[in-house]
Amino acid sequence: MTREELDVIAAKEQEAAARVKRHIHVCVAAGCLSSQADNVLTALNSEIRSQGLENECAVKGVGCLGLCKAGPLIALENENVMYGNVAPADVPEIVKALDGEPVERLTISPHQPFFERQTKIALENSGHIDPERIEDYIAAGGYSALADVLNEMSPSQVVEQIVKSGLRGRGGAGFSTGLKWSTVVKAVGDQKYVICNADEGDPGAFMDRSVLESDPHRILEGMALAGYAVGARQGYIYVRAEYPLAIKRLKTAIRQAERAGALGVKIFGSPFDFHIDLRIGAGAFVCGEETALIASIEGGRGLPRLRPPYPAEYGLWGKPTLINNVETFASVPTILRRGSEWFAGIGTEKSKGAKVFALAGAVNNTGLVEAPMGTTLREMIFEIGGGIPNGKKFKAVQTGGPSGGCIPEQYLDTPVDYETLNQLGSIMGSGGMIVMDETSCMVDVARYFMEFCMTESCGKCIPCRVGVAQMHMLLTKISQGQATMDDLALLEELCDLVRHTSLCGLGQSAPNPALSTLRYFREEYLAHILDKRCPAGVCEMQPEAEVYA
Amino acid sequence: MKAPLQVTVLQIDGREISAHADQTILQVALENNIWIPTLCHLEGLSDIGACRLCLVEIQGIAKLQPACATRVREGMQVVTRSARLDKYRQSIIELLFAERNHICSVCVVNGHCDLQYLARKLGIEHVHFPYMYPNLPVDASHERFALDQNRCILCTRCVRVCSEVEGAHTWDIKGSGIQSRVITDFDQPWGEAESCTSCGKCVNVCPTGALFQKGKSVAEMAKQRGFLPYLTMMREEETK
Repeated sequence: MTREELDVIAAKEQEAAARVKRHIHVCVAAGCLSSQADNVLTALNSEIRSQGLENECAVKGVGCLGLCKAGPLIALENENVMYGNVAPADVPEIVKALDGEPVERLTISPHQPFFERQTKIALENSGHIDPERIEDYIAAGGYSALADVLNEMSPSQVVEQIVKSGLRGRGGAGFSTGLKWSTVVKAVGDQKYVICNADEGDPGAFMDRSVLESDPHRILEGMALAGYAVGARQGYIYVRAEYPLAIKRLKTAIRQAERAGALGVKIFGSPFDFHIDLRIGAGAFVCGEETALIASIEGGRGLPRLRPPYPAEYGLWGKPTLINNVETFASVPTILRRGSEWFAGIGTEKSKGAKVFALAGAVNNTGLVEAPMGTTLREMIFEIGGGIPNGKKFKAVQTGGPSGGCIPEQYLDTPVDYETLNQLGSIMGSGGMIVMDETSCMVDVARYFMEFCMTESCGKCIPCRVGVAQMHMLLTKISQGQATMDDLALLEELCDLVRHTSLCGLGQSAPNPALSTLRYFREEYLAHILDKRCPAGVCEMQPEAEVYA
Repeated sequence: MKAPLQVTVLQIDGREISAHADQTILQVALENNIWIPTLCHLEGLSDIGACRLCLVEIQGIAKLQPACATRVREGMQVVTRSARLDKYRQSIIELLFAERNHICSVCVVNGHCDLQYLARKLGIEHVHFPYMYPNLPVDASHERFALDQNRCILCTRCVRVCSEVEGAHTWDIKGSGIQSRVITDFDQPWGEAESCTSCGKCVNVCPTGALFQKGKSVAEMAKQRGFLPYLTMMREEETK
């Protein structure tokens, strides 16, 4: 395929779309599918046919429409109408109302902060294109960045654009993407690799999943651009087996892209070759750590190893390897299409662009949002998120998954970026945001995350293997009303030990949920220990129970 | 033209020390009679930096670094002993004692045990973490050797010596985290592990009484490790 042919496909698609009066989009991402969106789609198709409306209505399944709590979702693209909680039985009514007033009982107002406060970059096509058709992606401007870059820019110019954009890794640590790319460029070796880390494992997080399910070609394009920039010809996507839909759509996308000449040999008529293969993870959380992920792709146990040497220098099969997260790659095509200045104009001084967050827990609008860096926690939870349900009181928001921490009410006006969250004892992480109300016990929350880390610790280094198990034992004792103040001191000592002596990021950050709750909710710990009472009424006091790790 | 840098000078605990540029901090320290505690490290095996006992402070680097796997650099300032490091090292050893059932007085390696030696050397008088008392098996199915999971500290010396030196890879780890266990072949009894050559290298490199010769009673099992540097040296000679 050439750039011209790409334009022809895009033009054809746009023409075809313009011929149809109405576009009805049904969300077929995982959340809506689990509440029968596929049946809604089938019902809609047959209703349209039986009413003889095929020529004026185009029905298609699209990626995530965002407001997961109201799934299955339907969007009437041209009319700016959205329906939520649609059952197959509602379909005739919806079709009947196409020419008149929208069905009021199903309508979700598009004029609410949840939709209006978002800035979509990684999610720009989510909910608009059919994730299983490459033509849809191309019509939305897809692969144009790759075609242009291959014919007009040198690899070093691509790296320069990424550096200038200020993009930082969206997987957790927030390392400068441009710096990472330029390190891989400088690494010596004729064979280099690009890896996409799609081993999203934080409880409550579904950002990468949605991007993969809604817009898989974007990841392929981002990876190919990265491959061109750093001099790699082979890419791997390491995706967890728990995401079967993402795997299916990625497979379809790779096949389509190869057939269209957007991947494979001599891409867009340039001398650049790039192949992408999938590798399926077996469910270990630690495989999201880059060296463990690489060990897993190589066929070994998913164990992290010491760094340095970093993968940029010594990665997959000992070759220089660029490894980035899904959302990072998803931002790349847009940055190259719209320019690094545009991207750098969004966000805060040190954290540029927008970030996808998975809003979950005690919040009205659970779902997927992409907001500019620097949006405050209050805006996220009370405006975009629509506040706390059932008139309950906000208690804390947990960011960054098991490696993150709980942030209390007095810091709600903090603008969210990598640095501010660190200062609060949490992390940006991959973008999970679990909201907790007054019915959550913070000791229990810390115990839950510690249990997660204990189960997911690989066992290689002693502080993480034994220290985390000990911390879990102590937290269980506290939550059962069996602990003394000495136990609390021991817990704090272990937090310090595990944080500073563990081998990899999993262990180093495992104490964070305990540390942050100890910092902001110490009185809850004291109530469990001194008064043998759980203020939130969650923990059952069991003074006689035996506690084992 | 600038010659490649072969020799560096660094400071360890305030002492100026010269070293080859490709040496690790641990190697240089040992050459200069500076003791750094180690457990997973063994001369002749690959270093994995897993036990975290050899962590040292390096000026200008916020995180503690494992001496066994960190190469020296010109002008590096290393601190191998501090109140903080001493405390961490004691705690790590104590965690091992709390993790499984280490009862020295009835152990075959009493008096010859690396774990016991480190505990004494680091001044540990008691374990201040709760004991976990796991219920663990003993595998005595091998003709000459036995495995007592109660004494295993998961240092993986046996795994590495079997894979890297003997070339059999009989040993590996199953499970993860606190549930990790050393296994032979596909978790078969050791006596039925077909890949095992019965060379006994694993038994000799094992730092504790987890692997021992049958027929040894309390305190009778001394480990012979002289073969390892010798073998490594001979192989290096051969490949030259």
